[in-house]
Amino acid sequence: MDLNYTQEQNDFRAEVRQWLATNVPADPLPSFDTEEGFQAHREWEVKLYEGRWGMITWPEAMGGRGADLLQWLIFEEEYYAAGAPLRVNQNGIFLLGPTMMEYGTEEQKKRFLNGMATGKDIWCQAWSEPNAGSDMAAIRAKAELSEDGKYYIINGQKTWSTRAVWADWAFGMFRTDPNSERHKGLSFILVPLELEGITVRPIPQLNGLPGFAEIFFDNVRVPVDCLLGEVGKGWSVAMATAGFERGLMLRSPARFQQTAKRLVELYKENQTSADRDPAVRNSVIKAYMDAEAYTLATYQTACRLVKGGKIGAESSTNKIFWSELDRDMHATAMSLLGARAELEPHAPDAAGVGSWLDGWLFAQSGPIYAGTNEIQRNIIAERMLGMPR
Amino acid sequence: MDFTFTEDQLLFQESAREFLLNEITAEKIRGLWETDSGRSDELWRQLAELGLSSITVPEEYGGLGMNELDFILIAQECGYVALPEPLVHTALVAVPTVLAISSLKDEWLPKIASGSAKVIVGLEANLLVEDAHLADLLILQSGEELHALKPEQVQLQYNQSVDPSRKLYSIDWTPSKDTLVAKGPEGRAIINAALNRGALGVAAECLGLSQRMIDLAVDYTSERQQFGKPIGSFQAVKHLMSNVAFKLEYAKAPVYRAAYALAHNLDSAAVNVSQAKFAASEVA
Ligand SMILES: Cc1cc2nc3c(=O)[nH]c(=O)nc-3n(C[C@H](O)[C@H](O)[C@H](O)COP(=O)(O)OP(=O)(O)OC[C@H]3O[C@@H](n4cnc5c(N)ncnc54)[C@H](O)[C@@H]3O)c2cc1C
Repeated sequence: MDLNYTQEQNDFRAEVRQWLATNVPADPLPSFDTEEGFQAHREWEVKLYEGRWGMITWPEAMGGRGADLLQWLIFEEEYYAAGAPLRVNQNGIFLLGPTMMEYGTEEQKKRFLNGMATGKDIWCQAWSEPNAGSDMAAIRAKAELSEDGKYYIINGQKTWSTRAVWADWAFGMFRTDPNSERHKGLSFILVPLELEGITVRPIPQLNGLPGFAEIFFDNVRVPVDCLLGEVGKGWSVAMATAGFERGLMLRSPARFQQTAKRLVELYKENQTSADRDPAVRNSVIKAYMDAEAYTLATYQTACRLVKGGKIGAESSTNKIFWSELDRDMHATAMSLLGARAELEPHAPDAAGVGSWLDGWLFAQSGPIYAGTNEIQRNIIAERMLGMPR
Repeated sequence: MDFTFTEDQLLFQESAREFLLNEITAEKIRGLWETDSGRSDELWRQLAELGLSSITVPEEYGGLGMNELDFILIAQECGYVALPEPLVHTALVAVPTVLAISSLKDEWLPKIASGSAKVIVGLEANLLVEDAHLADLLILQSGEELHALKPEQVQLQYNQSVDPSRKLYSIDWTPSKDTLVAKGPEGRAIINAALNRGALGVAAECLGLSQRMIDLAVDYTSERQQFGKPIGSFQAVKHLMSNVAFKLEYAKAPVYRAAYALAHNLDSAAVNVSQAKFAASEVA
């Protein structure tokens, strides 16, 4: 065990920091759940790509740096510390990209990966349906092969698709075998959202912005070369997309460490009122320690993987940990802000509220998306502890 | 950056675990409750033979010359079986304390290493001293001073705990020039180090204990049937178990980091230990 960074890792960190210091916009971009913000974030992705910082874990030939997981964690720490914009393209670079490298044809890799990398194509996920949420195997949206075998004809509805309002493409699962049930007969298909027959209907989130959307498919003709992996094997491709290493990429600890640091600052700014209730101070400390515990545990896992180790069943614990930590941190921030907590940042008496309210609203959804925490608890009990089904 | 244990450390853990699981059964622990000392000389001899009592004793004194980090997984295994013998105390508290006191180390470290003597450290932070009755030498705190006393120089008063494995004593003793072995800033430093190592030991034992409780509860809920099925198939029961399991997962890394910090004398060690103890004891 050696908890020091190597010279190479320190140099890498310095390089990242330097680049971010000169390139991160001074003022935060508008939310990417607005049209203008979406465009601004897309431009930021281009900038990242041009600096070869867009997806550092991708191979060099694809515009990445072939970085390992430890470099990834370092990059993220710097990224969040610099207050750099959220990644509007995260579905593409963190989820679909790696999945495509594993399951895609050479032709597909050539066609899609570059657009993902440059931010030209922003992707949304289309799994959930009105009747298929936690129970994803209940998916009904159909994709039937056309008579000439050139197209999948898609009919049905997807919902809760994040960033679908302005995205260019969707990836998701559709039932290609109409007589199939549950996990069988599903296929992983890539869909250009500008095709005829597609209607995207925005859904306003708690903060009023259309952060996600319903997608309706009415005889949408998708060319067959948009099938990823084998027909009928969509479930295993999707499981790879949801796999842990990508979970690690998507929810690296830096984000939570940064929130914890901001929480400590918020406590200091409001110490006089906060200390009237010692429980609040304890929550701040607990949050800080938990964020650190998440970081340490992630480093431990990353080091094991870098050395060729395997990810174990214990990886299923991470979703619960970060989402409940995030929720608790934001709840503590609300306590610290007291009566100001509910104010919009532009309200006259809202001094010092920052973006906590928006963060708190979003943190409520952490225990729901990416597999609800009840489902995660089932998985831990059954797969990690081996309890009876 | 390499936050992993070495093959050797993992193998050592494995062999300690095997031995402890075989030897420290619930029946044996209950059997010891019936004895006067509550401890077993025979068991201590076996632990010493395996090198477990001398792990942290430097090689020149006949030990294995390993550090807190090498021992941390073993301390975890001690917790897993609820080992009543003062092994964690010896390796993490007694040995480093004796090593820091020049007038004691030459005589006592070889004895500890061979398993022929036990040294017990009693600090003021604790109301009572566990296992004081086993001590061939007691190192006791008085303010910023540490004193070394032979059993005949003290009066022990047994205090019964609800846990029959705990052997707790109040100690009646008088500090004197003859017994003084460390004082002032040096004494304070040794005392603080002992407190930190003690807390680290407790944290590691809590990890093991928690894992044992999970394992026992999984076994039981998989066997016990109600309504014609194992109660472990009910979601309410599963979720209770998952809550402990995921918290335990995230208590481990802070404990290992604290062991690393102590082993490398990092400035952050005291804070790291506090975090480790908090996290692990919360889970347990
Ligand atoms: C912010 C946000 C962004 C999202 N983005 C996307 C996206 O981009 N693409 C996409 O496809 N989907 C997206 N989703 C949808 C998300 O995947 C689903 O909300 C989630 O899978 C849960 O499905 P559901 O909402 O239908 O709830 P349900 O499955 O109906 O669950 C309702 C409640 O019942 C519980 N429950 C269900 N089954 C069980 C069980 N077996 N055991 C115990 N409890 C159970 C759940 O835990 C939950 O508390 C997003 C959701 C949110 C909140």
